[in-house]
Amino acid sequence: MSIDMAQFIDAFLEESFEGLERMETELLALDGGDPETLNTIFRCAHSIKGGAGTFGFGAISGFTHGVETLLDRMRNGEQEAAPETVNLLLRAVDTLRAQLHAARDGGEADAAEVAEVRTLIEAHLGDAAPASEAGTPPAVDGDDGIDTSSGAHDGGPRGWRIHFQPYADLMRTGNDPLRMFEVLEELGTLSVHCETDRLPDNADAFDPEDCHLAWTLELEGDATRDQVQEVFEWVEDECDLLIEPLDADSEPTTEAPPLTPEPAEMGATTPRPPEASAARGGSGNRGAESSSMRVNAGKIDALIDMVGELVITQSMLTDISEQLEEDPSKMEAQIERLRTGLGELERNTRELQESVMSIRMVPIAQVFNRFPRLVHDISGQLGKQIELTLKGEYTEVDKTVMEHLGDPLVHLVRNAVDHGIEMPEERAAAGKPETGQVTLEAFHRGGNVVIEIRDDGKGMDADRILAKARDAGLVGPNQHLDRHEILQLVFEPGLSTADQVSDLSGRGVGMDVVKKNIRGLGGNVELESEPGKGSRLTIRLPLTLSIMDGQLLKIGDETFVIPLIAIVESLQTLPESVKQAFGKLPLYRLRDEYIPIVDLAALFGRTEPSPLPERALLVVAEADDQRVALRVDDLLGQQQVVIKTLETNFRKVPGTAGATILGDGQVALILDIAGIARMASGRDTRAA
Amino acid sequence: MANDATQSIHDPATAGEDQYLTFILAEEEYGVDILRVQEIKGWERPTPLPNTPDYIRGVINVRGMIVPIIDMRMRFGMEPMDYGPTTVVIMLRVVGEERERVMGVVVDAVSEVYSIGADNLQPAPDFGTRIGVNFVRGLATVEEQMILVLDIDTLLGPGLIASTDAIEAEATA
Repeated sequence: MSIDMAQFIDAFLEESFEGLERMETELLALDGGDPETLNTIFRCAHSIKGGAGTFGFGAISGFTHGVETLLDRMRNGEQEAAPETVNLLLRAVDTLRAQLHAARDGGEADAAEVAEVRTLIEAHLGDAAPASEAGTPPAVDGDDGIDTSSGAHDGGPRGWRIHFQPYADLMRTGNDPLRMFEVLEELGTLSVHCETDRLPDNADAFDPEDCHLAWTLELEGDATRDQVQEVFEWVEDECDLLIEPLDADSEPTTEAPPLTPEPAEMGATTPRPPEASAARGGSGNRGAESSSMRVNAGKIDALIDMVGELVITQSMLTDISEQLEEDPSKMEAQIERLRTGLGELERNTRELQESVMSIRMVPIAQVFNRFPRLVHDISGQLGKQIELTLKGEYTEVDKTVMEHLGDPLVHLVRNAVDHGIEMPEERAAAGKPETGQVTLEAFHRGGNVVIEIRDDGKGMDADRILAKARDAGLVGPNQHLDRHEILQLVFEPGLSTADQVSDLSGRGVGMDVVKKNIRGLGGNVELESEPGKGSRLTIRLPLTLSIMDGQLLKIGDETFVIPLIAIVESLQTLPESVKQAFGKLPLYRLRDEYIPIVDLAALFGRTEPSPLPERALLVVAEADDQRVALRVDDLLGQQQVVIKTLETNFRKVPGTAGATILGDGQVALILDIAGIARMASGRDTRAA
Repeated sequence: MANDATQSIHDPATAGEDQYLTFILAEEEYGVDILRVQEIKGWERPTPLPNTPDYIRGVINVRGMIVPIIDMRMRFGMEPMDYGPTTVVIMLRVVGEERERVMGVVVDAVSEVYSIGADNLQPAPDFGTRIGVNFVRGLATVEEQMILVLDIDTLLGPGLIASTDAIEAEATA
């Protein structure tokens, strides 16, 4: 074929990954073999098989074929949707995912695993085949039991006779028989006989878009059955197809190739250790950042509309300027129009900005969807009964936020399942239902995305946490903490609740790392828990990482931006509240607290440190539980700023969290309060 | 022309020759690969960055992109010059290991475009320790003028970042 297929491979892979996720979701929801669900799963497998065949991933296509056959039997009621069958299919999904990853990254899938799963599937098919008896290879075809062992693979018929009778709407689905024949022709000598007896006699009944023809094709040559079948890959469901060896006139066989498991392999199959499957459910592969994204078409349409409005506004402004040139006497009226026009422009720009931002927003379902599988696997492994409820999956978050949310969430959900929910008997003894509830919920609240992980398990023992924290030296012997404060200690590094570590948790990601990751996204995480009743983790994240509310301020003749969220208060100094430590470190006494005063101009190496004037302007800001009072010369307005990183063309600059472009085109640095607090608490940092 | 191996831009470029944009620093002529030149802008006051070496003048906004500006005279330890109407900023694409960066260099003026064959680039002599030779691709002679052809990936690449990183490490220590 002359078309370069490479350009479609990415799309195929992306769709296949989505298909696999769909399969997984539906498999978990598969309750006793609901035919509609089975159909969906089958279709996903079918598309992957077809695509893989088209793009030359023979191994994947072959592997999926077995899966597809198994699914086909299940939907035909020939095979029960028993839990072990579902688990096998889930494992096959994992294997397929690994194979597709390998195809994408040019690596190698674990061949042993692939072969093992394949054997298991074939064994499974063998079990269910009516003709199979222990010890004899069930040489039966998947669909109807007609003997195909005399088939093409070994003997070598002269070629194939293909009876191809498309359904009437074949061409409406974009398939063209002629194309397929052309491909067949490449495989050998092709003779085509067209059967016209389905053509309607009455011209009125003739719909030119329907396919009324059927064909009998004879293909001579050494093409294999698989090759012939591949040609009809995409139309299997839209035609009656019969492929038979040219020699054997009497024994027509159907399309599916034989699956002939070896008895030895059947004997060798072992049940899969559940740990492996649990590990896979949470593996990092799926969290990989993708460089392309799918966008809701509605968002693009809205964007196009807005650009249209922008163009109209622009031509209006052009018109005003022309009119002004032609007739300066009507200045007054034109200026009024100009004002209106600029107002329009401002509105257009703001809306455009909002829509462009919204394109980066993706439903959190993309992260949530991995959890049913995770919970299914872990609870199976631990012998717990757990019902996972997902709420608010369509809450939208920034793509980058979402990509970095996966691992912390996996850890937290794992914790809830592993440590939170008790064993069924323990729950029964406590008078709770045996099935534990874990809820994952996302919603918007006040410019933030909130994600809650709730469980109705045993909750956290505050006394034990406190005791551990005291042992670890995190809390002084006389320090008093309330219950809420104690609970937050679990996020501290060094507080390992070591006696809880099982093979599930303790995978190197501690709660402190979870907190750090979420902090890194500009959010925070809190724990609430009640013994015997359960725990609730609340993660708050900014809606987007690229825009924030900022306070503009002047230091010297430079403009800086401070994240509004970091500002505690702005104040004018009272001389009696300014204190000194070690003769040179100024502190400001704000109510009961001493806050270091930072001379930013000096800290940034712009000027020599200068004494604090009598009445100075201070902005008290907080980050990472540290407060600093910045000396500023003037407070300017507040506005939304678009955050740009300095790292694109330079590198990270300590004390800054990036830069933004002001209305006049000038660049203003965004202050990183946590960084400034660190710099200020370090030694004199005026770089030599 | 004493050296026929070099040609002005007006002659058709022949195979094996690269084109270089030259600029002036204190009456000396320097060349950079013209394919790396993104644009040439007039001088505008950049926003200074905290705790960076003097030669990093700050950052400016180039159509929504934040671009650092490096003063070449200061980078080479030459006498700094007041910025005037002919002072220009050459935007260069710097290719690093991980990604491309865009950086602006401040020079006295832009001069010419020359085609120089690789054969006619002489290796740079040892300039001593003050100026590393590793960012000089070679010396060429055009119309009796010496041109120092610079390797901007080395000059503005990891070396420059590393030298500022050292300061960062110091600042956060």
